[in-house]
Amino acid sequence: MSTTTVETSTADTGRRPAAAPRRTRRRGEHSRATSLVSHAILIGASLAALFPIAWLLFLSLGPDQDDYLHPGRIWGKMTFDNYAFVLKDTSFFDWLTSTLVVVLGTTLIGVVVAASTGYAVSRMRFPGYRKLMWVLLVTQMFPIAVLIVPMYQILSDLRLIDSYLGLILVNCTTIVPYCAWLMKGYFDTIPFEIDEAGRVDGLTPFGTFARLILPLAKPGLAVAAFYSFLTAFGEVAFASTFMLSDDKYTFAVGLQTFVSEHDAQRNLMAATAVLIAIPAAIFFYLVQKNLVTGLTAGGTKG
Amino acid sequence: MTVVIDRATGKRRGEREPRPGPGRRLKNGFHKHWYAYAMTAPVAIVLGVLVLYPLAYGLYLTFTDATSLNTARTIGVNEIDATYKFIGLDNYADILWGPTAYDRFWSHFLWTVFWTAACVTLHYGIGLGLALLLNQKLRGRTLYRMILVLPWAVPTFVTVFGWRFMLADGGIINSGLDFLHLPTPSWLEDTFWQRFSAIMVNTWCGVPFMMVSLLGGLQSIDASLYEASEMDGANAWQRFRYVTLPGLRSVSTTVVLLGVIWTFNQFAIIFLLFGNTAPDAQILVTWAYHLGFGQQPRDYAQSAAYGILLLSILIVFTSFYRRWLNRNEQQLAI
Repeated sequence: MSTTTVETSTADTGRRPAAAPRRTRRRGEHSRATSLVSHAILIGASLAALFPIAWLLFLSLGPDQDDYLHPGRIWGKMTFDNYAFVLKDTSFFDWLTSTLVVVLGTTLIGVVVAASTGYAVSRMRFPGYRKLMWVLLVTQMFPIAVLIVPMYQILSDLRLIDSYLGLILVNCTTIVPYCAWLMKGYFDTIPFEIDEAGRVDGLTPFGTFARLILPLAKPGLAVAAFYSFLTAFGEVAFASTFMLSDDKYTFAVGLQTFVSEHDAQRNLMAATAVLIAIPAAIFFYLVQKNLVTGLTAGGTKG
Repeated sequence: MTVVIDRATGKRRGEREPRPGPGRRLKNGFHKHWYAYAMTAPVAIVLGVLVLYPLAYGLYLTFTDATSLNTARTIGVNEIDATYKFIGLDNYADILWGPTAYDRFWSHFLWTVFWTAACVTLHYGIGLGLALLLNQKLRGRTLYRMILVLPWAVPTFVTVFGWRFMLADGGIINSGLDFLHLPTPSWLEDTFWQRFSAIMVNTWCGVPFMMVSLLGGLQSIDASLYEASEMDGANAWQRFRYVTLPGLRSVSTTVVLLGVIWTFNQFAIIFLLFGNTAPDAQILVTWAYHLGFGQQPRDYAQSAAYGILLLSILIVFTSFYRRWLNRNEQQLAI
């Protein structure tokens, strides 16, 4: 349309009647053109989203560590040797164990500790309420640089460096406030009348929480657990700093060991990456519907 | 009525005799608070021990000259006591306006601000675009959505290595550019391209979250608003401008705030993409980490001071953001 503005007025008047029928006709054409463009953009975006991961998968099939430089050669010699080597001759299963210990420990503590607090801040107003909410909010924006130095010192004093418990405790610094916040959002969606009915029937607030609200809040607890799980699983900074011995590395640290200053076993790294990525992605897809509702659960109300 | 019940149920050891409050609602009365404190105690204790105490300790460290050479440590069987001393605000002064302060702090600060702004803009823009496309009636919409959330589904520490292979000197990206007779930058060595790569990888990782959140926001907009505006003769742009954007406002303000905080604090991507090799591409968080753990001797005091400065920047930003929202009468969706 803007192109017509530079033309002379005669051309403009010539255009205008022609434009009117075209506008009425445009609906069908327009949507077809639009859907073509939409598909084109979406296919492009999907390829961009897929490619780095597909590339890892492809490279993991090449047996030599320099195959990533001339990927064309991989086609002729695809093998699963890398996978066999990783599963047999590296600490892969040690890493799996430590990852599960740390992640499940963090998730359990996060959910158990945060549940009653989420309920309290959702239902009750008490002196210090605003302060607590503020602390819960601010602790979620802590850069790792704030706590990592003092935590390192404290854990050294307690001899908890290079121990699962130390890493679980450190992970809890972010997970606990986050879970409390998420669960508050979920408890807010449960009608207050249920609590009142419970109280009228003679339950204490604790009884109301444990017998009535917790069973109803299972989806909320699940979302909090999924988030804790994913966050702890992907945690890099603390794990890289606090875990020193090879058999206690989580995946996030173990994967880095394939690339050192001197030697890069990229083929093995790619295979390990794929072995980690596939279960992680499957888990994510299984829980993602809940994740999205969990994110917006607190957000639907003013 | 509730008072009677409370008195019947409220007899617990160690609890004060509840004063019958005048309120009929549950939210009144002293014993109510007693319950609330008991319920919030677990988190209060955890946060006190794991967050506030280390925070206070870290703050104390920033007033000392602690490094890995003078803190308490054990070498073999020898226990060496700490010998660091109190130096007041010298660390902050040194970071902010000491010699070479520009190279150490301000250059990283500017780069961090640029990095945050660029990444969040790209995240939001691309995320919104894709969300709008996915919100139409399209064939294969579910499949597209599944593929597009893949960067979020796979842990960051895995995908960053995929990018490292692609961006490496003889990697697929440069092979492709070479094939097209385009210049092949050294993505992981040259400062400008390091920064470019970091933004590119972070954008790739961060778009799905925005896309999914905004798609949720789009689907919650009442369809009758679109019908009404179409009846009134609004064209596509006007519908987007006057129906879609206002409808997304509360989701947008929230995801942008979250995006800024996460991007500002983004550690894994830069740390894993460059390791210890790119001093100029480090944002403040990774730079603080480098000072504290990536060099010898480890400068704990400076690193902790960076941490405190970072936290202050974030708190100031967030309070301004909230104030700005309040002025415009917008609500955060959290």
